[in-house]
Amino acid sequence: MRVAAPQGSARAPVVRMQGVGKTFNGTVVALRDMDLTAREGDFISLLGPSGCGKSTALRLIAGLIEPTRGRIEWTGGAPDLGVVFQEPTLMPWATVAHNVWLPLRLRGQSFDAVRADVEEALDLVGLADFPDAYPRELSGGMKMRVSIARAMVTHPRVILMDEPFAALDEITRFKLNDDLLALKEKIGCTVIFVTHSVFESVFLSDRIVVMAARPGRVIRELAVDAPYPRSEDFRTSAEYARHTRAATDALHDAMAAA
Amino acid sequence: MSVLDPTVPPADPAGEIDADERRRRRRTRFEKVGRWILPILTLALGLWLWDRIVVWNAIPHYILPGPGLVFQTLIADWPILFEALLVTLQITLMALAVAVLGGVGLAVLFSQSRWMEMSFYPYAVILQVTPIVAIAPLIFIYVESRLAGLLLCAWLVAFFPVLSNTTLGLNSADHNLRDLFRIYGATRWQKLRFLQLPSALPYFLGGLRIAGGLSLIGAVVAEYVAGTGGLKSGLAFRILEAGYRLNIPRMFAALILIAATGVVIFAGLSFLSHMLLRKWHESALKREA
Ligand SMILES: Nc1ncnc2c1ncn2[C@@H]1O[C@H](COP(=O)(O)OP(=O)(O)OP(=O)(O)O)[C@@H](O)[C@H]1O
Ligand SMILES: [Mg+2]
Repeated sequence: MRVAAPQGSARAPVVRMQGVGKTFNGTVVALRDMDLTAREGDFISLLGPSGCGKSTALRLIAGLIEPTRGRIEWTGGAPDLGVVFQEPTLMPWATVAHNVWLPLRLRGQSFDAVRADVEEALDLVGLADFPDAYPRELSGGMKMRVSIARAMVTHPRVILMDEPFAALDEITRFKLNDDLLALKEKIGCTVIFVTHSVFESVFLSDRIVVMAARPGRVIRELAVDAPYPRSEDFRTSAEYARHTRAATDALHDAMAAA
Repeated sequence: MSVLDPTVPPADPAGEIDADERRRRRRTRFEKVGRWILPILTLALGLWLWDRIVVWNAIPHYILPGPGLVFQTLIADWPILFEALLVTLQITLMALAVAVLGGVGLAVLFSQSRWMEMSFYPYAVILQVTPIVAIAPLIFIYVESRLAGLLLCAWLVAFFPVLSNTTLGLNSADHNLRDLFRIYGATRWQKLRFLQLPSALPYFLGGLRIAGGLSLIGAVVAEYVAGTGGLKSGLAFRILEAGYRLNIPRMFAALILIAATGVVIFAGLSFLSHMLLRKWHESALKREA
């Protein structure tokens, strides 16, 4: 496990996007000229209206699609990723433990060899009691926890999350937000998080990248300098209100710019 | 747990049962009993009508035997018929096995290579749409072994549902899961083994149930065409033979055996399907209405 990196821009970059653009079918400009440097331990939110290329940016970083323009550079060798999609995306035929085992299984590790890691990941997301349940037996929030456990089980350097909590109710979402921060602290990874929600982005991130649509592009980057760990107190603080105001304004600019 | 067994209503000490719940329970109880009782009643009624028509019109048994006579024949001719049943069953099951191997094998091959799929899928369709009775005589001209010929015919009829359903299943794996496999650098084989084959299982089992019935049909039709040369004769040949001798009761008895065999095959495959899917697939889950 990596030690949490020191604060500030002294932290080492993990992945860097330089002038990245993506055009679909030769006509649809989904993303234009995006620069982004994710450093060790960053929690970056991509915030913007629908169609502004947030998912496209994430898929580019994940290497699922190739950039039309620009480059994406990983420092320190091969990409080392965990991903969480908007849907839990679990294998319905496999138990919770076997779903979490998947990334390790694909590396050729037997279940017995990594049982402890799987149990640890399930314990981290609070599902230690459900290793043998099937996904259909779980609530939406629990499924999402399994999905997060699966992303974390390899202790990746970077975790990409595409609106993971959008389909959940607010109470569950707040709970998962708290837990996500705690988890990130434990694992010490970098998170790039896509969301529609200003409140979520302010609560979670230390940097918010605000994007606009048609063509998809970055229009502003906001820093949320409140220290971690953040708790319920932060959600009700004046500082939080100030940051959400700033993010909301930026989002309005993004809508107007479209 | 999201599954409740609707057949076992829990006790109600707290008086939590309302009108809706009572109606639901009445309906489940009715469905549970009716599913068995109603077909049996229909069958009894049908048999009774059949018997009455024969008796009232004094129809001779070489034109239409009554159900009683058919049943007696079934018992009396059991040694002959049972031996024939075993032959037909053997062909059917072998054909089904080959259909599964061939269908799944081709489907996997097609899913691994677009080239293969584009080159050969059209011919699989052509084989499927050409009536087996039209191909069978040719097969028996060129294929020396009668057993091999019978198998080939039955296979031709049965493999397509397995092929097309499994192909559909292999291609229906969840897109996000596929992305996930790619991100984790899964090999082709891992993707097939851990993602595509499990996704295809419900589709395959659907195709298998159809193929079970079709391989029986294939076996019977092929035997009609092939006649009996050297090999022991199956049910189809017994029906033909009985027809020549105007032994109508035996024709009915053999027909009943074939139909019963088809039902047993279908039920067996349905049970297999249920056992394999009951833990996770929607089709096998009982839900509260
Ligand atoms: N595979 C594709 N082919 C063609 N166009 C695409 C494709 N993927 C995305 N687009 C287009 O690119 C643009 C950006 O899409 P993207 O999915 O990145 O938006 P988003 O910010 O994630 O939106 P949302 O918040 O609704 O998820 C949209 O206009 C979309 O129609
Ligand atoms: Mg999106």
